[in-house]
This record gives sequence, structure tokens and C-alpha cells, in this order.
Amino acid sequence: MNPLQTLRVAIRALLRNKMRSFLTTLGIIIGVSAVIAMVAIGEGAKAQVEAQFASMGSNLLIVLPGSTTSGGMRGGFGSMPTLTWDDLRAIRTEVPTVKYAAAQLSSGAQLASEDQNWSTRVYGTTPEYFSIRDWPTAMGSPMSDSDAEGGTKVVFLGQTVVANLFGPNANPVGQSVRIKNVPFEVKGVLSEKGQSSWGQDYDDVAFVPLKTFQTKIQGGLQQFISGQIYIGAISEPATARAQQQITNLLRDRHHIGPGQDADFSIRNLTELANAQEASLGTITTLLAAVAAVALLVGGIGIMNIMLVSVTERTREIGVRMAVGAKPRNILAQFLVEALTLATAGGFLGIVLGLTGGRILASRLHWPMLMRPDIMVISVVFSALVGVAFGLYPAQKASRLDPIEALRFE
Amino acid sequence: MSTASPLLALEDVTKVYHMGDVEVHALRGVSLAVEEGASVAIMGASGSGKSTLMNIIGCLDRPTTGRYLLAGEEVSTLDRNALAEKRNRTLGFVFQNFNLLSRTSAIENVELPLLYAGLHTRERHERARNALTRVGLGDRMHHHPNQMSGGQQQRVAIARALVANPRVILADEPTGNLDSVTSVEVMAIFQQLRDSGITVVLVTHEPDIARYAGRVVMMRDGKVQSDKRQAPMRAVPDTAEGAAGGEA
Repeated sequence: MNPLQTLRVAIRALLRNKMRSFLTTLGIIIGVSAVIAMVAIGEGAKAQVEAQFASMGSNLLIVLPGSTTSGGMRGGFGSMPTLTWDDLRAIRTEVPTVKYAAAQLSSGAQLASEDQNWSTRVYGTTPEYFSIRDWPTAMGSPMSDSDAEGGTKVVFLGQTVVANLFGPNANPVGQSVRIKNVPFEVKGVLSEKGQSSWGQDYDDVAFVPLKTFQTKIQGGLQQFISGQIYIGAISEPATARAQQQITNLLRDRHHIGPGQDADFSIRNLTELANAQEASLGTITTLLAAVAAVALLVGGIGIMNIMLVSVTERTREIGVRMAVGAKPRNILAQFLVEALTLATAGGFLGIVLGLTGGRILASRLHWPMLMRPDIMVISVVFSALVGVAFGLYPAQKASRLDPIEALRFE
Repeated sequence: MSTASPLLALEDVTKVYHMGDVEVHALRGVSLAVEEGASVAIMGASGSGKSTLMNIIGCLDRPTTGRYLLAGEEVSTLDRNALAEKRNRTLGFVFQNFNLLSRTSAIENVELPLLYAGLHTRERHERARNALTRVGLGDRMHHHPNQMSGGQQQRVAIARALVANPRVILADEPTGNLDSVTSVEVMAIFQQLRDSGITVVLVTHEPDIARYAGRVVMMRDGKVQSDKRQAPMRAVPDTAEGAAGGEA
């Protein structure tokens, strides 16, 4: 008897009890669809985190100035300017893994157009900053070196600010905006960035050239940077190296001995992203493990029904043996029945998991990402479950004594 | 007895069953030789050992001691797979309660032995169709057992027994569940098979049925009590319905 014939006999036997066969596979269907939906949603969340960090900027490091200490009370990082413009120049010129470095000064300010006003954060920075953050201009022109050096009164607005000052989809390029009562010309509008994972609106910002910021918005110290330094490393793997090199450079420049606390800190966003992804990966693995348990329960359901089926069909087994079925023919028949049930359950589970996951994702506005390898693994795994749990009943059937089996009522 | 070796030869066969601590001696030394083309009725009261003898002849069971030669080959020491092959190729079974697979058409039931013999679909169909025509069911191939009378079901079972061209057909109380008219029809088919050279061994407790055989072996307490040859009575069906191929 060849495998195809065995399969045909098995399918006919299963179709004789359609309802029972369906209920038996239900365990597998639910198990597999749970795996599919969970992994799809988990992977989707991971992809979303990745996208969010990518929107912060790729290969990004942020250098924060150190803390103040006054009367034993230590302020947080950034509470006292310790980074100098010379530090920035040194980072730019002396660290080979650094591609871009730009200062970011910030201040809260009220912006006003002719008939609207809006409170937002105004940043002073240099053109490199937009390269570090992968942030192109949507309308008008980007910040130029001459803007940065000349201290011109131009402003670059985020989409949220444009919407609030000029109305949605307006083109404000060339119009005038007053910041702290100083008129600025809108030179460019930045493309939309969206939200950070903690809900901060990246588009609720306005940028002015660094020198303009210092002279018109916030008269600061000349020697120190009263803000942060954004750094773009040459590549993602070089980010960690860049962090180390900048740390060494700044410790050296600030004369900090070994064992002493640094007066600055460096945030590595790639590391943060990896950590968040890893924790999401753990959650996905846990969910998949729970789903795998469901799959095992489905397997036990198959075993249960196959055992009932073997008992019910004892006479049939006897007849088959009497007309010449060998023990291995009987074994194969019941094993293939279990395998067919489980594999069919696997395929139906994929369909259900994809549909269910999609419905869930669209209802809850979760992202979803389907991985084909998980689908293949699910089907293979359910087939294995079928074989594992079908083996015992099939062996039981094949070991029946034909005389006893024929006499069975 | 002819000079050629008999088709079935049992030599001092015993069979002991263990029911818990009790030993049941079902056969206590049976010797029997059946030539090819014979028709033998094995008779006896229940518990006489006739069913055990039938199971051993049918390669469903193995003797505890003694030898059993089927077509000259010692089969009492064969394993389960080899016995299955003997049942598939050399033997055909007919049971009292027909033992057809339910919810399976007549032709598929008949094809069953050929499936295990590894024949292709086309050849299986062809041979099953021929076998069903031979027992007069050429027009009921796609009927299911529950759509057929007892006599028709038993004829499907006979077709299944002969489809693989066996040398022996073993029938265990083949008329036990049939009325007397249908019994004669079934016996007529067995006589036709015997006429075509197939050896027929049947177990029965009805003397009326044993009359159609050429030899009657009487069992008692696990031994052969008597072994008589006789001129078999011809089975003539009352109506045209029972004649092989005679049904419209």
C-alpha cells in the first residue's frame, strides 16, 4: 500500500465523521492561530519600536552636560552647563567614528503669526542636526551654513506648529512669525516625524539658526553650551565605539581622573532601542510558549479521539487484518489520520490566526507583522504533534489480535 | 488420497489458551489433510474446537504444537507480517456476520484485499467489478451494506474473499445469519467456486448445510471425532435471484 493510498483511506475515514474530525482539530486550530496572532502582534510592536527609534535619528548619541552640586544637593544631568564649544569642536575633529555633531539649545517660547499664537519649544542648532536626525524639509529650503553663521532671523517650523499658526496644510514659507516679539521669516517646513513611543509630538517644534538663538532668544554663556550635543556616528556598529571614544575625549578634556564621576553623560539610543526590542522579544517568546502549550493540549485532544476511534473501529481493524493488512498498514493508517487532522488544523489555524490578528490589530490600532517562517514552523510543529500523539493509538491498533478484533462487538 | 501433497495439512496440532490461571485445551491433537479443490464442512458443537481449527487454518492464529503446512509451506512458525501475506494471497474469508465495512460501497469493500496487495487503482476496480459480477451483484457495486439484504451482503463478502484469486476460501458459519432460501443461494455460489477449482472449507453446525460439502469432519472436545466423504448435494436456488449473475 503506497503512501498516497494510505492518505486517501485516512481522509475518507475522517470525512465519515466530519463534525468529530473538526472538533478534534479545533485544539490545534486554536493553538496555531494563537501562535500566529501573538507572534504577528509581537513582531509588529517590535517593528514599531524600531521605526520610532529610527525617527529619532539613526546611529544617534546624545551628550548631556553634567550635574550641579550646591550645598550637598545634586541636580540631575543637564542642570549645569559643563560642555564647551571647544568640546564640540574637539568631538567633531578628533573622534574618527563621529560623522556629525551639532549643539541643540532649547527654550520654551510663544510663537505668533498674524492671527494665531502657539506655545512650543524653540531650538537653536546647526544644519548638521537635520542630517543626524534624518529630518528633511517638506516645504521651502533647509537650514544653510550661511543661516547658521550669519545669525539670520529665519525659522523652520514643524508640522504641528504650522497647523496651529497657519491652519492645516497651509504653506507658510515666506510669511512672518514673531518669536518673543522678534519677527522671523519662515524659511522652511520640516517633514512630519510623528510621535515618540512615550507620546511626545516630534512635530511640535521650531528651529532657528544657532547664532540667532543665542542673540535673539536666549542670551547664554559664551563659553558653555546650555543644551545638548547631538552626534551621528558613521555607522550603527560604530555607535558604541563612538560613545567610548567621546567619553575618553571628554574625560581627558575635563581632567577627570579614573574612578571619578564624569560631569557629562552620553545616551546611546541604539542601545535603548535594542533593550526595548529585546524586552518585546521576551514577551513574544512567552506568548508563543503559552500558545505552544495550547498546541500540546490540542495534541492530547487528537490522541483522545484517536483512542476512541481505535476502540470503535476494532472490528474494522480485524476485517482489514483478515484480508491481509499487515500491522504496519494499520499503524500507518491511524498515524496518517492523526497527522492529517493535525496538519489540517495547522493550516486552518494559520488562516484563523491571520484573520483574527488582523481584526484585533485594526480594532486596537496595533501594528501587525506576519513572519512566513513562523507559519511554516507552526504547520511543521502541528504535524509533529499529530505524529507524537497519534503514535500511541496507532500502535494500539496495529497490535490488536485479528481474532479478538473480529469478535469485538 | 492423491499422490500430490495436500493443499492443507495439519499434523498433530494442539492449541492451548491461557485464561488467567486456567489452561483451555481447544485442540488436543488434530491431523487433517485437504486436497486442492475439495469442499470440506467442519461440524461440531460449540466448544468442540471447530472455530479454533478454522482460525489456525486461516492463518489468524498459530498452533501451540504440531505442524501446519499450507501449500507445502510450514506456516505455524511465521510472524504476523508473513501470516498477513498468506491471508492476503492464499486465503479468503467469509464470516457469519459478513464483516463488511459500513458506509463503504460494495466495490470498495471488495477492493480491500487488493489495496493491501498493492495493486493500482485501475486494476483493483477491474478485478473487484469482475468478482462482484461473478456473485451476481454487477449492478449493485456502489450500494452500501445498509442498502442491501443479508444475502446480498454475504455475496459481497464472498466477492471480497475471491477477488485476490485465493486457493482456499474459509467460511465461518456463512449461512448463520441467513434464511433457508438465501442459504441455498449462498451455498450454490460456494459450489460454483469449488467447481472452478477453489478449495472451500466451511464451519457449520447445520447438517443441512454440511450436505452440500464433499467431506464432513466432525469435531468433539478438540479432536476429530469422525471424517466422512460423501456425494455432495447440488445447491439449486429456488428463484433466479440467487444464481450467479442471474439478477437483473
